[in-house]
Amino acid sequence: MTDALAGRRARVAAADGLPELATVWWRPRTDENSIRRTERRWLAWTVTQTAPFLAVGALLVALKPLLLPMSLLAVAQAWIIAELYAARGAAVVRPRRLSGLAAGARKTAERTALGLLGDLLDHRGRALHDSTGLVLERGALGAWVLGEAGAILVPPGGRRAHCYCVKPTDADLPHADRVAHLLLALRADETGFATLANLAFCGARWRVRRRLERSAREALDAAVEASALRYA
Amino acid sequence: MSRLIRMDQTGHTTLAEWTAEDSDATDAAVAAFRAELDQGYYAVVSDADGTASHVRELPVDASLVILRRPIAGG
Repeated sequence: MTDALAGRRARVAAADGLPELATVWWRPRTDENSIRRTERRWLAWTVTQTAPFLAVGALLVALKPLLLPMSLLAVAQAWIIAELYAARGAAVVRPRRLSGLAAGARKTAERTALGLLGDLLDHRGRALHDSTGLVLERGALGAWVLGEAGAILVPPGGRRAHCYCVKPTDADLPHADRVAHLLLALRADETGFATLANLAFCGARWRVRRRLERSAREALDAAVEASALRYA
Repeated sequence: MSRLIRMDQTGHTTLAEWTAEDSDATDAAVAAFRAELDQGYYAVVSDADGTASHVRELPVDASLVILRRPIAGG
């Protein structure tokens, strides 16, 4: 058997998805249909939670216009609920605490890890990571923004954002290595990656964007652009 | 020259380098590869087309094989 053939066979043997999926065996594999179902479910859940407050607000004003302040409080409550969910979603791409390594060692490790991550990205990807600390990856489900402890998926159309918590189990890895872990897993098995990750938020992209740091907004905008270009 | 690297706290560590013609180096790389899998690492080959593949045996034709830790939902 040639070395090339042996190599191909070894890859085919492992072509059944992310090994980590065994830890979430009960979850059905994510696909485009389940993505749409998730969007509808989160929308229904949000409406269920906010509509009572909006109804109370409307009722108060209808009963007695003098109750307008109370009505506005009820509307604010509805708004805050949705904002809290969006804030939780935006947090998935927020940088995490630095590891316990000494500053010098951490800097060296980070530089080494950046070299590997850079090898996995094209020029535009490297530039985006330099300015935002995030990586953009185009997939079949949409465009992904990857951080070190989570990812945001922008499905075709660019109106929705799915925010996932997912991270390497080794907490002491350098930032770039943590991103590289997620990038390699995503490239190997996108639907498996989405299945493994825990959904923190699904909803309007603009709502998540407002809660992101300025640099992260740039990455999300790039994802929206990529999503529109790819699926137009 | 092919390389087997492990992503770790130092950024990454090169565990083995080999060429298809050098059977001793290849054997050493295979041994190192299996030892890391036994430690719980997963092996990934990053392909030129922007995809990646998990492997359970060392693909000796690959130019770069990357060992990573498992990931999990947070």
